[in-house]
Amino acid sequence: MSSTATSTAATPVHTPWEELVTSALLGTDRRPLRAGPRGAGAADGPAALLDAAALHTVRRRAALLPASGAPAPEPAPADPRPPLPAAARRRLAQLLADRSAPAAAGRRGTAPDLTELIPQWLASAGARGFRAPADLLPALLDAARARTDLRPAVLEFAGPRGLWLAGLNPEWRFALRTSPGHARRPAVEDPEAVRRLWEEGLFAERVALLAAVRAEDPAAARELLATTWSTERAEDRLMFLDSLRTGLRGDDESFLEVALADRSRNVRATAAELLSALPESALARRMADRATSCVNPDRTGAAVSVAVEAPHECDAAMQRDGVVPVPPSGRGERSWWLSQLVEAGPLAVWGERFGGRSAQEIVALPVADGWGPELHAAWCRAAVRQRDPDWARALLGAPSTPPANGPGTASLAERSKLLAILPPAERALWVADFVAAHGLSEAFQLLGVCTVPWAGPLGRSVVDALDIARDAGSYPWSFSGVMGLAERCLDPAEAGRLEVLTTTPDEPEGASPGAGGYWSEAFQRLVSTLRLRAAMDAELTPDAPDGTDVGGPGAV
Amino acid sequence: MLLSHGGESSPATGPVARWTVDQVLAMAPDEASREAGSRLGSGRSWSAAGPGGGTALWGLCRGSGSTPYRTAIDMDGPAYTCSCPSRKFPCKHALGLLLLWASDDAALRPGEARAPDWAEEWWEDRRRRAAAPAGGRPPAGPADPEAARKRADRRAARITGGAQELEQRLDDLLRGGLAAAGRPGYGQWEETAARMVDAQAPGLAGRVRELGSIPASGPGWPTRLLEECALLHLLDSAWLGLDRLPGPLAATVRTRVGLTLPAEGPAVRDRWLVLAQYDTPDGRVVARRIWLHGSRSGRTALLLSFGAAGRSPGLSLPVGVTIDAEVTPYPGGGRLRAELGERFGTPVAATAPPAGGTTADAAAAYGRALLDDPWLDSWPATLSEVVPVPSGDGGGWQLVGATDGSALPVASSAVSRPGLWRLVALSGGRPVTVFGECGHRGFDPLAAWCPEAADDVGAGTTVALV
Repeated sequence: MSSTATSTAATPVHTPWEELVTSALLGTDRRPLRAGPRGAGAADGPAALLDAAALHTVRRRAALLPASGAPAPEPAPADPRPPLPAAARRRLAQLLADRSAPAAAGRRGTAPDLTELIPQWLASAGARGFRAPADLLPALLDAARARTDLRPAVLEFAGPRGLWLAGLNPEWRFALRTSPGHARRPAVEDPEAVRRLWEEGLFAERVALLAAVRAEDPAAARELLATTWSTERAEDRLMFLDSLRTGLRGDDESFLEVALADRSRNVRATAAELLSALPESALARRMADRATSCVNPDRTGAAVSVAVEAPHECDAAMQRDGVVPVPPSGRGERSWWLSQLVEAGPLAVWGERFGGRSAQEIVALPVADGWGPELHAAWCRAAVRQRDPDWARALLGAPSTPPANGPGTASLAERSKLLAILPPAERALWVADFVAAHGLSEAFQLLGVCTVPWAGPLGRSVVDALDIARDAGSYPWSFSGVMGLAERCLDPAEAGRLEVLTTTPDEPEGASPGAGGYWSEAFQRLVSTLRLRAAMDAELTPDAPDGTDVGGPGAV
Repeated sequence: MLLSHGGESSPATGPVARWTVDQVLAMAPDEASREAGSRLGSGRSWSAAGPGGGTALWGLCRGSGSTPYRTAIDMDGPAYTCSCPSRKFPCKHALGLLLLWASDDAALRPGEARAPDWAEEWWEDRRRRAAAPAGGRPPAGPADPEAARKRADRRAARITGGAQELEQRLDDLLRGGLAAAGRPGYGQWEETAARMVDAQAPGLAGRVRELGSIPASGPGWPTRLLEECALLHLLDSAWLGLDRLPGPLAATVRTRVGLTLPAEGPAVRDRWLVLAQYDTPDGRVVARRIWLHGSRSGRTALLLSFGAAGRSPGLSLPVGVTIDAEVTPYPGGGRLRAELGERFGTPVAATAPPAGGTTADAAAAYGRALLDDPWLDSWPATLSEVVPVPSGDGGGWQLVGATDGSALPVASSAVSRPGLWRLVALSGGRPVTVFGECGHRGFDPLAAWCPEAADDVGAGTTVALV
C-alpha cells in the first residue's frame, strides 16, 4: 500500500466512498473527483480515484466486525435412542451416496442395486430403535423427498431432530405434513395442553394429536373429536373419521352412527363402511337382514343351491346406511344394490342361513341364474373388509386350481388382498404352491403381500421356478420384476444354495442366444445382494461382531 | 521388510484411520469412474483381496478377460497400481478396492490369504524409494544460474508491459464510467485477460476474468466492481514499484501476479490435522485446496495442488486424520500456502478440533492478515461455540457466538451447498466448533465438530462440510 499512498496530500483519500462510486460509475471525464475539503481542489484522474478506492476497500475489509446475531431457533429436542454402530453408519452413508449418484445407463451388472436396499435398511434400523446420525439427516431427507415411499420410514428414523431440521428448509416441508407421531405435540397426559393444541393447532398437528390420544385412550379421543365435530370443515371431518380406522372397536359405534347422518356424503359413506367392519354393530345387523332377504338356500332341487333375489328398490333407510343408489355406468341397478348389501353384511350370518355350513361349503354351492360371480365378488370384498380368514381361505380356493376356474375371484389384485388376511406362514405356503403350479408369470402381485424375508418353502419355490425359466431358455429380463423382489425378499440364508446357479450353463437346444450368460449375471447379482443384506443386518445387531463372514469373496 | 525399514521408520501410533465412502468417492477423477468404482465396491467383484502390511491393500478384480486385474494400493500417499489398461487415475479397480476397505468389507480383514508376490514387490519398491536418501534427487536449482536469471528478467519485463497496459485499460474504463461495463455485450474482459496471459502474468489474468463476472452478480455490482478494479490497480502499481517494497510484501506481490516462488525456509514438522479438502475449477485445471492444522505449532497451512481435466489432483488426504509430516511454507501471502514434505508413520484418526476463538477473533485475524496481503479474500479461522442460525432475510445464515451473541454471516456461496445443512443438522441448534474461511464475503464453513461425545459422531470427529 505504501506505493499507492505516497502523495497523501494530493489524493482524495478523505472523499466518502459513495462519491467514489458515483464518480466511477459515470466516469471521471463526466464527473471528475475533487480532492481536498469540500471538493475545492483540482480535479484528479482515474488513478487517484482508484488509489482512494483501494485504500477504502482494504481499510473497510480490515475493520470488519461481527454483527449482533439473529435470535436462535429452539434447539432440536433430544433423541434418547442409542446411536448406530460404526459399521452400520458407514453402510448407510454408502447407500445414500449411491442414491445421489446418477443412475447407470443400460443393463444392470452383477453388483447389487444399493438404492433398492434403503427401505430394508431403514426398516431394520427402525425395528432396532437406533437414532439417525445427525450429519446424515440431510441426505436422508433428500432421499425421502425424492421417493414418497421412503417417507414414513425416514421420518420415523430421523426422529425429532430430523423434523426440527425439516422445519428450517422449505425443500423438506413434506416432513411436516407427513410426519407421524413426532409432530410438535404436548404430552397426552396434560389435558389442558391437549385441548389447546386441538383448538389452535394446524391440521397436521391435530391429526397427529388425535392419533396419539387415541392410542392412549380411545374414549378421550372420541370426546376430543366430539367437542368440535359440528364446526369442522367437511374434508377435515372426513380425515378425522378416517383416522378412527386404526384401532376400530365396538365403542366407536355410537359416534359413527351419528356420523351416518352427516351433511357430507363422503363422511356418511366412510361412517357406513367403518360400521360394517364392526360385525356387532346395529348397521351390520340391518345390512345382514337386507342381505339375507336377498340370498337364500334353494332346496327345490335334489341338491342345495343358492337362490338370489336382488333388491327392487334402494329406499331411504338403505341410503342412510351408506348404500349408493346410482350404479356406475354399465351396471344394472339391482345387482349394484345387491353387491353393496352383501359386501356390508357380516359374513357370520351365512353360516346360520345355510344350515351351519362352513364358508368353504357355502362358496362351493352352485348359484342360480348366473348370480355366482356377482355374489362371490361381494363376499370377497366383505372378507377383506371384515378381515375374515375362514372366508378368505374359502374364496381363494386351492392354490393349484387355475385362477380362472377357482371360486371367488380371478383378479390378482383381489386375491392378494384376500391373501393378506391369512396368517403369514399360511400365506407363504399358499403362494409357494401357486408358484409351483403356475410358474412366475402371474405371481408378482401375490409375492408382494408375503412377509419379508420369504419363508423357506416360498423361497425354494421361487428359486426353482427361476431355475426352470432359465432351463427353458428365455431371457432373464422377462422375470426382472420377480428377480428384483427376490433380491429384496429372499432369506439371505439362501445365498449359499444359490451359488451353484451363478455359473454360466451350457446353452440348451433352442435357447435364446446368450441367455445363459445373462442368467448367470442375474443370479450373481441375486447372491451378492443377499450377502449384502446379511451383512447389513449383522451390522445393525449391536452384540454381534462387526459384520460377518457372509460378505467374503469366493475361496481363494 | 526389515531391509527397507531398518530403524528409521516409526511404527503407526494408532489404528490406520479408515476413510469414509465419501472420501473415497472424492478421489474419483470423474463421474464415470466414480460410478464404475462404486459397482466394484463389493466382495463379489473380487476373486481375492486382502490387506498388506501397514497401509497397503491388494486385490484381484474380475474383468471381462480371462486373467483378473491386479490392483494394489498404498494408502500412504496414496499410490495405486493396477494391471488394467485404463488411463484414468486412480482407475475404477483402485476405487472399488478402496470402497471395499472403506465399508470394512470382510474380504479385507486380516485372514489366511498371503499378499501375492507382485503386490509385495510393488510395496517393497515404493518403500525403498521413500527410504532412499535425498541425494537421489536432482540437485536443487537450475543448471545454469546465469541463463535462468536472464529468463526471469525477460519475464519480469513482459509482466511489467502487461501491468502498464492493464493500468491504461483501467484508466480508460474509469474515464468512461463503470456503467459501460455493465451493459450487455461489453466484451473487453476476456480480451484483456488473454493479453495478460500473453504477458505471462496468470495472476493478473485471473483477476481480470473475475471482473467480467461481477456486472452479472446482482444488485450492488458497481460497488463490488469498483472494489476489485481498485485492488487490481493496487496490484499493478505494487508490481511497477516493486523495488521500493519491503521483502515479504514484494514476495506477496510476485505471488499475486502469478510468479511461482519455491517453498523455502525451515520445514515445520508437526502432527497435522487434515481440516478440509475441496476442489475448485480454475480455468482448464482443477485446483485442490487442503487445509491442515498443526497441533503443536498451532499453524494453519494450505496445500494447493492442480490436476488437468479428467485427472484428480495428485495429492489427497482424508479429512479428519492426523499426519505426522514436514511442511514447508511458500513466501508471500502471509506464508499460508505450504508444500507437504516428508511424512512419517501412518495417518491416525484425530481426536480433537483445533483451539477455536470467537467471531470477533476471526474477523480481527482476517484484518491483521490484510496487512501482509491486502488482496486476501479470506483467512482461515476456527470458531468455537457457535450456532448456525437463519438470519431471517431471504434464506441467509449466520454463525452466532453462543456466549456473546455476535454473528458472522455465512458466505452466500456456502449457503447453496449441501454442507450447510450437514452443519445445521450436526448442531441441532446447539453450539459447535466450526473451521472455515473468514473474509469480506462472510464465513465459509468447511468442517465442524460436536462439542461432546453425546452425539453419534463422537467428540473430536471431523465432519466435512465440503
